Amino acid sequence: MSAALPETAPAAPGDETPERRFPTAPLFLSGPAALLFAALVLTPLFLTALLSFNQFDYATGRTGGFTLEHYLSVVTDEYYLEIFLRTFRISALATAICVVIGVPEAYILSRMTNPWRSIFLLVILAPLLVSVVVRAFGWSMLLGPEGPVNGALIALGIGRMKLLYTEGTVVVALVHVMLPFMVIPVWTSLQKLDPAVEQAALSFGASRATAIVRVVAPQILPGILSGSLIVFGLSASAFAIPGLLGGRRLKMVATVVYDQYLSDLNWPMGAAVAVILLAANLIIMLTYHRMVEGHYRRRLG
Amino acid sequence: MTRNGPVALFFHTLVVIFMLAPLAIVCLVAFTPENTLSLPTRGFSLRWFQAVFHHPDFVQSFWNSLWLAVLSATLAVALAVPASLAVTRWEFPGRGFLNALFLSPLIIPHLVLGVAMLRLFAVVGATGSFGWLVAAHMVIVTPYVMRLLIAAISGFDRSVEQAAYSLGASEAIVFRRVTLPMILPGVTGGWLIAFINSFDELTMSIFITSPSTVTLPVRMYMYATESIDPMMAAVSALIIGITMVAVLLLDRVYGLDRILVGQH
Repeated sequence: MSAALPETAPAAPGDETPERRFPTAPLFLSGPAALLFAALVLTPLFLTALLSFNQFDYATGRTGGFTLEHYLSVVTDEYYLEIFLRTFRISALATAICVVIGVPEAYILSRMTNPWRSIFLLVILAPLLVSVVVRAFGWSMLLGPEGPVNGALIALGIGRMKLLYTEGTVVVALVHVMLPFMVIPVWTSLQKLDPAVEQAALSFGASRATAIVRVVAPQILPGILSGSLIVFGLSASAFAIPGLLGGRRLKMVATVVYDQYLSDLNWPMGAAVAVILLAANLIIMLTYHRMVEGHYRRRLG
Repeated sequence: MTRNGPVALFFHTLVVIFMLAPLAIVCLVAFTPENTLSLPTRGFSLRWFQAVFHHPDFVQSFWNSLWLAVLSATLAVALAVPASLAVTRWEFPGRGFLNALFLSPLIIPHLVLGVAMLRLFAVVGATGSFGWLVAAHMVIVTPYVMRLLIAAISGFDRSVEQAAYSLGASEAIVFRRVTLPMILPGVTGGWLIAFINSFDELTMSIFITSPSTVTLPVRMYMYATESIDPMMAAVSALIIGITMVAVLLLDRVYGLDRILVGQH
């Protein structure tokens, strides 16, 4: 009811046809925010893209000129290839585990009755708002040599294991940080689901498993898909978790960019890796939009 | 919770333990009387909290983070209210672009924003400036505010405003007495979520803070990569406490599920 009312827009009460002319009111209203975003999003991204083509002189630290060597070394240098591959592997694994844990959990949550439903939704989602440094630190204590997990392993007779600074730990901590991003979209699509449809399947003699696989799963698939893409994108650019739990040797893309910028001071190389990361993220997000839109178009048409 | 079977409830319990374990252990270890990271088996002690309050770097970073979060959330709301009105109520050339631009920090990795801002600050000579840090945080919290405001403004009955106009109210009066009160839950909810996001932000800030503007998450990250003692646990427990207060407030004024899950 509030959409499509441009002719009664309050900023132009004396103007008969505000939408025919170029409207000035929205420009004034959005101007300050647009200036901020032009200055602090578009300009710095443009400068960084330019920087990634600059040459870098290790002796003097100067940058300038034009070169493709940074992009070339990302696709040819073993060091970078390994880091990109590791980042992909860890993110894919974290995403898969988030699906396996997050989807059933969202389904279980949606079948609860209040107040339990609200309480546990809060329990699952609220850690999202606690600083990621705190959560990484919590995992380093849980999995540390003197931590309770190793204590339990010793008590079980398995013995102490080196858990910190391994890929496994990074994956576990990433799953902890990303799980809410999987639960949220799946929960949202479960909310749109009519429980009567599942009931109908059951009353026609379908088993619970059949009802879930044939009736519920297809309808929440877009939610699972969108959750997976968000989790993958965020995992691939995660910084604090590999930084604190991966140690010096287990580098991921984000920690390498950090090293390039703040230890090696090779800004052009860091910029090239950052540009690739940004491009990969945008491709993932745009694919997601296209898929979701395609899905709705098919359902509507 | 009658509709879930025992297997489902067991699974659910494991997930809840998984989600809470790292936060719980931090809060427990914060009260240890020992010198090492260990669970407080021989009574509770507040010595590590005292150590935090007597650590000038952490105290300074706390105030940096607090001011940064208050300023950037407030300024972001001040910019986002008119901007959300513009993109929801008017059809104008470039509207789609502006809308995408305002929400873009949600899909640009903070790492990329961090290195991009570092470059910009180096070019304009703003490295280490607190004002520019505030502006950078405004960029990353504005999308959260805009999402809530756009939802509030689109679900808004315009006839109330029209009634006010027809009774002779001026634009300023209509905005102050009608529009603003109706979108107020979106404004306060947006401010709180912006505050939390700014207060917690690490990945972008680590590139653009200077020794005098280091924020609490950045200080903790630096500290944790060098030494680990129970003081880290005490700082973390304090942060969890502050976050919980903000979360409960947010739940009161807006509804946490509405903010996180969205309205569908």
